[in-house]
Amino acid sequence: MLEVDGIHTYYGESHILHGVSLRVAAGEAVALLGRNGAGKTTMIRSIVGFTPPREGRIVFEGEPIQAWPPYRISRRGMALVPQGRRIFSPLSVRENLLLGARAAGWTLERVFALFPRLRERAEQSGGTLSGGEQQMLAIGRALLTNGRLLLLDEPSEGLAPILVREIGRVVKGLKGERLSILLVEQNYHLALRVADRVYVMNKGQIVYEGTPQSLEAAEEIKRRYLGVA
Amino acid sequence: MPALPDLFAQALNGLSYGVLLFLLSVGLTLIFGMLDVVNLAHGSFYMLGAYAGLTLIATTGNFWLALVAAPLVVGGIGAVIERSCLRPLYRRQPLDQVLLTFGLIYLFEDLVKWIWGGRIRSIPAPDLFSGSVTVLGATVPSYRLFVIVFGLGMAVAVWLLIERTRLGSIIRAGVFDAEMTGGMGVNIHRVFTGVFAFGAALGGLSGVIAGPIQSAYPPMGASILIPALIVVVVGGLGSLKGSLVGSLIIGQAETFGKAWLPGASMLMIYLVMAAIVLLRPQGLFGRPLK
Ligand SMILES: Nc1ncnc2c1ncn2[C@@H]1O[C@H](COP(=O)(O)OP(=O)(O)O)[C@@H](O)[C@H]1O
Ligand SMILES: [Mg+2]
Repeated sequence: MLEVDGIHTYYGESHILHGVSLRVAAGEAVALLGRNGAGKTTMIRSIVGFTPPREGRIVFEGEPIQAWPPYRISRRGMALVPQGRRIFSPLSVRENLLLGARAAGWTLERVFALFPRLRERAEQSGGTLSGGEQQMLAIGRALLTNGRLLLLDEPSEGLAPILVREIGRVVKGLKGERLSILLVEQNYHLALRVADRVYVMNKGQIVYEGTPQSLEAAEEIKRRYLGVA
Repeated sequence: MPALPDLFAQALNGLSYGVLLFLLSVGLTLIFGMLDVVNLAHGSFYMLGAYAGLTLIATTGNFWLALVAAPLVVGGIGAVIERSCLRPLYRRQPLDQVLLTFGLIYLFEDLVKWIWGGRIRSIPAPDLFSGSVTVLGATVPSYRLFVIVFGLGMAVAVWLLIERTRLGSIIRAGVFDAEMTGGMGVNIHRVFTGVFAFGAALGGLSGVIAGPIQSAYPPMGASILIPALIVVVVGGLGSLKGSLVGSLIIGQAETFGKAWLPGASMLMIYLVMAAIVLLRPQGLFGRPLK
């Protein structure tokens, strides 16, 4: 489904990603872990075309997309829930949801059924929502694009524990809905609950690849790169 | 103390001027909000609208045709400018954009002098509105009333388009966060071109309807640019509501400034701007500055 092959990404002159490779198979949920500043968001930005890599290849469902503009990548089937949610605050909740809505599958009704709060707030402007509601909106907005690969960049960031669990439950439920998932998280426990496979990133490189079980056992990796004992 | 009818007539003058400023500042504020470009050549679209109107009226004898066709011509010019000149500069520093759009002012002014000559050309009002009417004791050219009603009608139409349609929600999203709008599958560059052309067309429309009031003369674009920029600052960058309210305030300030401080009418505008910016640095309806 997605094959990232040896990409190098820069912001201006600063070289952030140093030959990163990663795969997500169809129907799979993959977690990308790593400390703050490891390069996870840059990885996501490279995949969606916000900051295209200068070297390397990104192949999505058989097509090399690394030089495509973001709108084409999105239309091809990549659904983004960005770090910080990036809700369009001046737009109503409904307008946020419908902005990128395409094709069949996920409909406004289904998103409202998944997140009833959004139905209640449909005509309110996105900026008036709480953090948790904004996260639901960001997920609903991405689902409505009916992409086949859902990229989530720290969906639990800044949320209360009860909401983190709620988001974890929703994301886990989405997997298998003919949807593959690439989940970026600092919340180790959330990621392990959702993922089939995990990657750990440090200083712009992949330093570990395995299953949640193998990572649980890899004490040294956890301590050095994730700060979990 | 001037008589009431005089005050009223002046307020109507201010209102018609404000309406012209509004049509001009919509493009300026949307382009700034979305593209992060201060288009100094935006006044040129106003000038081009007036001259295109002049020629269309002279050749067809039909003001109403000019009112529709001249903005389309100017919008087309805007689209070409955006594609050819501005697009390569989006990733460059603001100074490059300022220099480019500043240069365009001279380019268009010379072009106009070359085609139409440098003298003032008056533009007749349409026959329907060539007379004057008496309102509350004040004698007002009926064309001014037409400008006011037409301009406020356009304000409502633009507001409905931006606030109530799907296209409008895409434009508002793009003004708020262009990158993320692209990430939702919107071809944001096409939206940029469209908004630039739309803003240029409204600037051109402003020029056509200004024609019978102000005549056409080459520096008219540069001279209306400053008040239009002030409207954007007063109203708040990227805000449509700010554009409308700012235009109406600056329109009145300019007109009353002219009457009360002849020779220093711009001073009044600057004072109003300074007062508003001191109280609200982001403008009346702008997003708070970070
Ligand atoms: N826009 C930017 N310009 C320059 N450097 C950046 C930019 N964004 C992030 N960085 C740098 O890139 C590195 C990786 O950041 P990021 O990908 O956001 O990490 P993560 O998402 O893993 O926390 C950091 O050192 C950060 O300072
Ligand atoms: Mg990040």
